[in-house]
Amino acid sequence: MNDYIQFQNVTFAYEIEGEAPKPVLKDFSLNVYAGEFVAVLGHNGCGKSTVAKLCNGIELPQKGKVLVDGLDTADEEKLLTIRQRVGMVFQNPDNQIVATIVEDDVAFGPENLGVDPSEIRRRVDDALKRVDMYDFRRFEPHNLSGGQKQRVAIAGVIAMQPACIVLDEPTAMLDPRGRKDVMETVKMLNREHGITVVLITHYMDEAAQADRVVVMDHGKVLLDGTPRQVFARGETLKQAGLDVPQATALAALLQRDGLDVPADVLTVDELADAIAAAKR
Amino acid sequence: MISDITIGQYYGGSSAVHRLDPRVKIILTTLFIVIIFLCKNFLSLAAMFVLTAASILISRVPFRMFFKSLKPILPIILLTAVLNIFYIKKGTVLWSFWIVTITTGGLATAFFMAVRIICLIMCSSLLTYTTTPTDLTDAIERLLSPLKVLHIQVHTLAMMMTLALRFIPTLIEEIERITNAQKARGADFESGGFLQRVKAMLPVLIPLFVSAFRRAYELSFAMTCRCYHGGEGRTRMKQMRVHAADFVALALFAVVMAGVIVLNHFFGKMI
Amino acid sequence: MTDPILETRNLTYTYAPKTANEVTAIREISVAIERGTLVGIIGHTGSGKSTLIEHFNGLKKATSGVVLLDGRDIWENKKEIRQVRFRVGVCFQYPEYQLFEETVYKDVAFGPKNMGLSEEEIDRRVREVLSFVGLEERYLELSPFDLSGGEKRRVAIAGIMAMEPQVLVLDEPCAGLDPKGRATVLAMIENYQKTTGSTVVVVSHSMEDIASIADRILVMNKAGLAFFGTVEEVFSHAEALVAMGLDIPQMTQLCLKLRARGFDLPETFYTVEQAHGAILACLKKEGTA
Repeated sequence: MNDYIQFQNVTFAYEIEGEAPKPVLKDFSLNVYAGEFVAVLGHNGCGKSTVAKLCNGIELPQKGKVLVDGLDTADEEKLLTIRQRVGMVFQNPDNQIVATIVEDDVAFGPENLGVDPSEIRRRVDDALKRVDMYDFRRFEPHNLSGGQKQRVAIAGVIAMQPACIVLDEPTAMLDPRGRKDVMETVKMLNREHGITVVLITHYMDEAAQADRVVVMDHGKVLLDGTPRQVFARGETLKQAGLDVPQATALAALLQRDGLDVPADVLTVDELADAIAAAKR
Repeated sequence: MISDITIGQYYGGSSAVHRLDPRVKIILTTLFIVIIFLCKNFLSLAAMFVLTAASILISRVPFRMFFKSLKPILPIILLTAVLNIFYIKKGTVLWSFWIVTITTGGLATAFFMAVRIICLIMCSSLLTYTTTPTDLTDAIERLLSPLKVLHIQVHTLAMMMTLALRFIPTLIEEIERITNAQKARGADFESGGFLQRVKAMLPVLIPLFVSAFRRAYELSFAMTCRCYHGGEGRTRMKQMRVHAADFVALALFAVVMAGVIVLNHFFGKMI
Repeated sequence: MTDPILETRNLTYTYAPKTANEVTAIREISVAIERGTLVGIIGHTGSGKSTLIEHFNGLKKATSGVVLLDGRDIWENKKEIRQVRFRVGVCFQYPEYQLFEETVYKDVAFGPKNMGLSEEEIDRRVREVLSFVGLEERYLELSPFDLSGGEKRRVAIAGIMAMEPQVLVLDEPCAGLDPKGRATVLAMIENYQKTTGSTVVVVSHSMEDIASIADRILVMNKAGLAFFGTVEEVFSHAEALVAMGLDIPQMTQLCLKLRARGFDLPETFYTVEQAHGAILACLKKEGTA
């Protein structure tokens, strides 16, 4: 697999004048492979939002390097290219929509890139259809629900035709319905359009849907593996201020009682199957 | 409820007025305002009134919408009318009592002024009802673009206008939310003198500003991420093209303007 | 034995009545919340949950129907409505955005000060609630704007608790927090309720959170009251809840799935501990049979 984003021994600290620098990342290394769906988990303040901002040169590492498709984010000449290739979606849907009409907002990115008007039109319509918001193209953003706004924000990113999307807690402010819609959209973009997805979240059930889960703690990678491998480490996760899905937690309890249930179940369905199998 | 205020107050439709080039609409509205102040007699004013009414009919925006936009101005219209009635003493005296004298001239002037203001409001409302805020700011940006020669940041100004329009509904909702939250803590916005009331607003204003700054900060991040780097090299999805209808509208207005000048000249000054 | 502290009778609220935009946000809601219980409210966005709680402290006035606090209509005397807000403390979603004072102390004291309490009483309350939300004394002199997101949330909740309301209403107190933050806030609410014996109402989208702390659950659906009963009763209507498009706790989902596979599970369970016990019991029974 090809590396798409590489963090090479990155050290990063926020510097506030008159105060000691607050270290966030220490000698942090991580590779994101082209086409994968990776979830980054961690409690608030573990440095995961900083990882997002380093991905497209919004922040630059004090030590080490961040490479996007081989391009160094510290190279100012390459910044527009990098930002076109790595799109970003943030937590608060209200604070990333620029225009007063949905379709104009989706056009914002391509317009900044100087794309030809007829091509922008095509991309905007296409992006809105992909996130299932085409019928809302003439709406004003403030009349949409949180989940709908977030899908407009995603459309705005895919209209720039990125190779990778980084989403920083995109569902934290949404209701269950909105969360589900956004997750479905993200998975569809990854599976059907081959877009690399970096999903920063603290919802375990969302991380369980990824190909790979990276757990961060104190600015370092604590665990890195498939969701099954990671969630089987319940104790380690708890120490990092995280949880395991309830199905996984129950499987661990039943296993301790001598029941023949695998410890790496992720969903309720798997657990029900496993318990039924153990009964026989 | 404050959230009922619609800013930009676009009223969707696909009438001929809606489809006019927004730049042309802005020019026409400006022309209209100039002409209406040139009107000196009832004939020219009547011509302008007919033009207004015709435009409204063509736009298919319901009359109640125009009444809604007139409502807040109504006291001002009435006040000017009353002042005109009492202060202008011309023509035949109709009624006189103590220091109050009402003349035909006063009544006529009052009526003239009222119709003029009403036409003015209706016409500018027509512009905002039939043009989306985005189109308006875009059109202003394009109309002002010659000013770039003078190193005026036209694009930046237009961007600021767009963002303001975008965030007004959001901030209004926010005010409502914070007000409710502080009321739940027993904040009292209704009693006390002026100074006390201003002070009572602080628990709303401070969180509002804090939040507005946070939004601005996050929005600037989001814009940077979407490759925003000012107006240079930027293209627009929506192109503005002048169509035949735009020329017709311009011609029509030119005719009316000429007509008003002729009417003014030949039928004398009323005011 | 019934001793309701807060009761609604045929509560209906209509936005923009008699216009084209008329929307009935809540319709004929009659519920009685027992003194000293912890009630969870669940329902879709737009099901009327928020409108309902805005009636509890008189931020909205019903189109028809009444709200009774301790048996008396809260609108009995219009001028006394502020007093009602001190007795029914409502903490809205993302309450950290209402913080405004220079110090945590002053912010928590805002409510009590509006109540016209003495300095000593305010001081006692501020220090007491700070321990409820698990913050140390040194926080009192800090600026609320310098705290972390989770700490801000706790300070904001403390500001409502400091009014010592008879009923504490919290709208989505855990929204946007990480798992540790959620656990802290939930534990804090449970502890507050147990220690003070006051009545607490929590609105949440998380069925797991509600299942773990509530005594009774109120389910709103399409502006109406769908269910109001004990946690067991409400989650025994799991199929109906699913039909409303609501989530049910993951463990309840498991329960339904195991039953469908022929497991004899008489009681519907909704927490991991209950599921653990019930499944072991079921397997043991089948093993011995």
